[in-house]
Amino acid sequence: MSAAAETFPGGVAGGGLALGSRGHAQALTEEPAHGPAKRIVVAYGFWIFLISDIILFSALFASYAVLTDATAGGPTGRDLFELPTVAIETACLLLSTVFCGFAGIGAQARRNTLYYGSMAATFVLGATFVAIELHEFATLIAAGAGPSRSGFLSAFFALIGCHGLHVTAGLLWLLTMMAQVYAKGYRDDIRRRLLCFALFWHTLDIIWVALFSLVYLVGVAPR
Amino acid sequence: MNTSIPESHGDVAPGDELGPADVPHAIRGYLLGLALATLLTCVSFYIAQSTLVWQPSIPIALSVLALAQMGVHLVFFLHITSGPDNVNNVMALAFGLLIVMLLVFGSLWIMTHLDHNVMPMERMMRMQR
Repeated sequence: MSAAAETFPGGVAGGGLALGSRGHAQALTEEPAHGPAKRIVVAYGFWIFLISDIILFSALFASYAVLTDATAGGPTGRDLFELPTVAIETACLLLSTVFCGFAGIGAQARRNTLYYGSMAATFVLGATFVAIELHEFATLIAAGAGPSRSGFLSAFFALIGCHGLHVTAGLLWLLTMMAQVYAKGYRDDIRRRLLCFALFWHTLDIIWVALFSLVYLVGVAPR
Repeated sequence: MNTSIPESHGDVAPGDELGPADVPHAIRGYLLGLALATLLTCVSFYIAQSTLVWQPSIPIALSVLALAQMGVHLVFFLHITSGPDNVNNVMALAFGLLIVMLLVFGSLWIMTHLDHNVMPMERMMRMQR
């Protein structure tokens, strides 16, 4: 086993082809501006950012966990959460994450149909998710269960709302990436940005797994 | 022994061109991930509403299922693997998880203790009267 090739999250096994048997550090100094080394460094840096984002969510999550029972005599999760809605949201985000993966494959293979089609599907599913969530929030607030009702609801809106904001930002980024590929083609730097976008989108879905399992499902589960 | 691209995941080297022949293979990887994630999601939703599992253990069961699904996402969508070429990514993730655990369980632990030891407001009011 000579020279284990460096890879990056989302990308895959394989800097080995271009880096050959040279070490990573050496490759870095020899290829400062482009090539696989740059791609690895960019993706790794973004991976570190995503992990810090996960830590941000865990702080909101911890406050939610502490405040679940602080309902101040108001409605609990069991009274408010509607599982069919959550199931549709989950399906939207899961499918959009898979389409986002397809878009990455399309960009690597430079197949326009696969790339633009998958990105469009990702956008539609992501936008549906945000729309359903906004509707859910509006319904809760109209029913008097807004963030100011109790500590539980404050934490709930902060946690779910923060995820929703991330998805919304991701949708804007998605449109930007479609426009950039349209204007500039599948250039190396554009594909690095695409890789970061894919990492971001997949990570949002991982966070949603924690949210739907531990906020919604545990919230309505019989105790 | 092996300096060429390991073909185990149907993915390509960074900056490398992907031949059209590899596209179906890569797509199959994502579809497999989708199937596993869907299965785990369905089980989670089913368990939360059924009497199949002993009720007090439902949160634990849901946590385990969520962890499993996160693992599926990491492997099939983010391509985080246990291979030697992925050590840096896994180490960063492991450190992140350590912080997450400290934050979540530390908060819960401390706040539960406070809850136990601090007198409820009503009782305090009654005593002051």
